[in-house]
Amino acid sequence: METLYVIAAILGLTLISFAMGRQRAVARSEGQPRALHSLPNYHGHFVALWCAVPALILLVIWVPLEPMLAMSAALDYFQAHIADPAHMESVRQSKLALLLSLEPNATTIDLSALRADQYNLLQTEIRNMAAGTASTGHAAFMQEVADYYQGYRDTSFLLMVAACVAVAGAGAGVAWRWIAPEMRARNRVEQAVTAFMILCSTVAILTTLGIVLSLLFEAIRFFAQIPLTEFLFGLHWSPQTAIRADQVGSTGSFGAVPLFAGTLLISFIAMCVAVPIGLLSAIYMAEYAHSKVRAVVKPLLEILAGIPTVVYGFFAALTVAPFFRDVGESIGLDVSSESALAAGMVMGIMIIPFVSSLSDDVITAVPQSMREGSYGLGATKSETVRRVILPAALPGIVGGILLAVSRAIGETMIVVMAAGLGSNLTANPLEAVTTVTVQIVTLLVGDQEFDSPKTLAAFALGLVLFIMTLCLNIIALHVVRKYREQYD
Amino acid sequence: MKDEQHSESAQEHAYPETTAGKPTVEDNAKVSARGANVYYGEKQAIKNVSLDVGAHEVTAFIGPSGCGKSTFLRALNRMNDTIDICRVTGDFRLDGEDIYDRKVDVVQLRARVGMVFQKPNPFPKSIFENVAYGPRIHGLVAHKSELDEIVHTSLERAGLLGEVKDRLDTPGTGLSGGQQQRLCIARAIAVSPEVILMDEPCSALDPIATAKIEELIDELRENYTIVIVTHSMQQAARVSQRTAFFHLGNLVEMGDTETIFTNPEHKLTQGYITGRFG
Repeated sequence: METLYVIAAILGLTLISFAMGRQRAVARSEGQPRALHSLPNYHGHFVALWCAVPALILLVIWVPLEPMLAMSAALDYFQAHIADPAHMESVRQSKLALLLSLEPNATTIDLSALRADQYNLLQTEIRNMAAGTASTGHAAFMQEVADYYQGYRDTSFLLMVAACVAVAGAGAGVAWRWIAPEMRARNRVEQAVTAFMILCSTVAILTTLGIVLSLLFEAIRFFAQIPLTEFLFGLHWSPQTAIRADQVGSTGSFGAVPLFAGTLLISFIAMCVAVPIGLLSAIYMAEYAHSKVRAVVKPLLEILAGIPTVVYGFFAALTVAPFFRDVGESIGLDVSSESALAAGMVMGIMIIPFVSSLSDDVITAVPQSMREGSYGLGATKSETVRRVILPAALPGIVGGILLAVSRAIGETMIVVMAAGLGSNLTANPLEAVTTVTVQIVTLLVGDQEFDSPKTLAAFALGLVLFIMTLCLNIIALHVVRKYREQYD
Repeated sequence: MKDEQHSESAQEHAYPETTAGKPTVEDNAKVSARGANVYYGEKQAIKNVSLDVGAHEVTAFIGPSGCGKSTFLRALNRMNDTIDICRVTGDFRLDGEDIYDRKVDVVQLRARVGMVFQKPNPFPKSIFENVAYGPRIHGLVAHKSELDEIVHTSLERAGLLGEVKDRLDTPGTGLSGGQQQRLCIARAIAVSPEVILMDEPCSALDPIATAKIEELIDELRENYTIVIVTHSMQQAARVSQRTAFFHLGNLVEMGDTETIFTNPEHKLTQGYITGRFG
């Protein structure tokens, strides 16, 4: 919380330094704006950057480092004073004795000999006591250590405030002195902005990398317990029975094939709905519709993409699925009330805009000269669409469809609500199936221990799903790139 | 800006009685227009134009940019139908038949009146498929051998066969600009049209490719009626038998190419062909 005040102070200083830098640039130009290499605002930005950036960097380094240094100092203090019999006695009588599994006649505690979890417990205890949130029954000596810790942190905070303000002031002061009419403030500021933009894009990339790595590490832990081949090729999925190793079937229940089969079945149904409807509506909008119709219909279709998936979910579960069941009954078919068909159909409707919007864009991007060339030879509109426009736009359309498939495979909410949980290995769309995403949700919802294969399976599923959609996206990108080489 | 300059000069030189609104009659007319008007929304692009295009002749349309010559050309095979806001009135006839009649199928009309565009626009298909496109959609061929023959003769007539006969299955878009334009001409010929409309066919080409196309146009005259829109006065003089000069949507003057270029009736025409404006 206090850190926010420091940031506010730095920003305040930045504003002041901007005004001062600008003012100095104006003053040094001696009434001749043309004499300045850069506009006064650039000089202001230049000084402001020199004020804010070094101070913020210092802050960013200091804030995470400070508790670590404080804790290390507190533990040193603990180690140095624990040998005192009075201290040892107070620890022995506190609940800490139990936590650290202290021998009754021990005369000291060697921190380096503690187990990792005990070591962490000790640190947590110190932190909680320093914050005043620790439970009762703690040793007086521990309070002493916690006070030492807190004192270290308070001093450190004051130092940090002083250092940040000093750095901000010094940076601004140096930059302020540099201001001269011929100084290339604009170039420097633009360099800084470029660097900032690079930083932003790096953040996006690093986040992706972080997600992949976290998936990967948890998945590796999973595969340490369950063989990869069993996971990828096993036909039986039943994670609930595998909590204890002595249970029957605990080694045969992590076959992910039914899940991927369910995912593929539902995605297939979804694509069967989305591709024809999306593509034909795109062709209609791009080639046949009057511009006024297009102006109304296109945004309306895109509204479909704006409906939250949870709404689609209960639409599927409460309206579409019962409807299919009733229709099935009336014609003598046994339709499950949570059928792959209902989930797939609704998902298909959801991804219509992906197909139609992207296809519409690529169809519109086919040069008008192609159409005229075809019309000029006496081709009809449908011949032109089928023989010239679709082949020319095909790679782009395929790209759009692959993106839609990725979306269908990764979709969760609709299938959670409408597809069911039973992991049936079936190709019958009238039965309930489950998907990878549904299982990930059910594995991770609720209280979990994060070292059982049951929970870790979610990460393995996520990883495989991620690899699947990644491959599809790579294919889609390649196809789209190839399309760009087609003409012009 | 440019339009204003034009309207000034138009006021200076009133349009001559002889051509404005009156037909430029031709004995062997293949295509004829009487009182033709074309509108883009509110704007009138062609004003009461009447002219005849003679069979087995090359007719050139010349005039400054925006004078409506391309618009008029596109009216001759109803290409303007593809533009929502475009409206055409007047009497257009091909061999005496009204081409804007309700009974006329625009698809058949365009098969009879082919078109070559300003920018070469081969389809992103193979050279063979580009030429075979028209015969295929019109069901002109029953066998592959017939199709082969049509493709070969069309490429031959367009003077392209020698250059591409070993690579008919390579993309048409991979040819040079001049070759692409000759491919488009071959594509148009393959449907056996009676009239070929060419909208500045050489404006995107270098002089050598242009010379080849001009030579080709002259040869094609034997079998087809050709209308060519061009910005190049020399081209009009070289390839055409008759020339029509358009200005701001009006047909100012039409006559034998030689007469137009050596002894134009109207001051506007003279000004344009001698390069004083345009």
